[in-house]
Amino acid sequence: MIFLDLFITFFKIGVFGFGGGYGMLSLIQNETVERAHWLSTAEFTDIVAISQMTPGPIGINSATYCGYTAIHNAGYGHMMAILGSATATFALVLPSLILMILISRMFMKYMNTRPVRSIFAGLRPAVVGLLAAATLLLCNPENFSTPKENPWQFWISCTLFVATAFGTGYLRINPIRMICYAAFAGLLLLY
Amino acid sequence: MIPLIEDEVVNKKQWVSKDEMLDLIAIAQSCPGVFAINIATFIGYRLKKTRGAIATTIGTALPSFLIILAIAIFFAAFKENRVIAAMFRGIRPAVVALIAVPTFRMGQRAKIGWTNCWIPIFSALAIWALGVSPIYIILIAGLCGYLYGMYIKPTES
Repeated sequence: MIFLDLFITFFKIGVFGFGGGYGMLSLIQNETVERAHWLSTAEFTDIVAISQMTPGPIGINSATYCGYTAIHNAGYGHMMAILGSATATFALVLPSLILMILISRMFMKYMNTRPVRSIFAGLRPAVVGLLAAATLLLCNPENFSTPKENPWQFWISCTLFVATAFGTGYLRINPIRMICYAAFAGLLLLY
Repeated sequence: MIPLIEDEVVNKKQWVSKDEMLDLIAIAQSCPGVFAINIATFIGYRLKKTRGAIATTIGTALPSFLIILAIAIFFAAFKENRVIAAMFRGIRPAVVALIAVPTFRMGQRAKIGWTNCWIPIFSALAIWALGVSPIYIILIAGLCGYLYGMYIKPTES
């Protein structure tokens, strides 16, 4: 039952999704691409791209998109796919809602105690590792092609990677603008 | 997103005070889940208990949900288009760079140095090369953080 699976998967992502939108990426990728095979790496990258270009939290965006695409790719129609994205989004939001209400009700005074702070302190460096893993997993032939298969696309991809890293990292160019440049480059060079 | 929420909730509507808001932001950021949803739930609960929390959560999630749904429907129909496909061949490597850069920024903010850089490196390699689920990494990291902070180096008060 794909709907139940979608619900459980995104509920899990909601429970363990530490570190904000970026921290959640590797979890979402691991569950939807590596485990459930609902999306290809290329499709997952497209979702991240679309999330960068639209307002709103990346977690909600990926849940909505994954829900839709997973059901659609499984051969169902539009209505079922819309239901799929509602399921995934609801499942992602539910743990936050429950946890925050519980904290507001009774755990607020424990949030600043040593045990809780120690746990959060332990999570922080690991979340950096999660984001690094997401980056490494996306560096694959689906996104970059290979020197053997299509050397032209491979080297253009590597150039675009370096240019975007340099442009947003050092020159502080707006990421959305960088995506637009890359889209233009793709249209010109990789048609 | 934080300045936007703060401006609405603290300055315009005056639902919570500025200090209270800072505390809520700190907790919402360390907790799992989408940050905007966490903070919305907090504020909703503060005003009207559980009903308020549900209302603010729906309000925060709905716009993104509708926008992405529209894009998903549109994109499913145009994915095969040659122009769109070529554009996304260019966009994909750029997006990988867009999440590579925050990795280093996040590392700086988490105060990763020579003594603790093995933690993110080990976590990343375990996920990438060995296929370990990030969930296990989170559970282990939380447990280790607890043991370290409680029994080995109880410095932070």
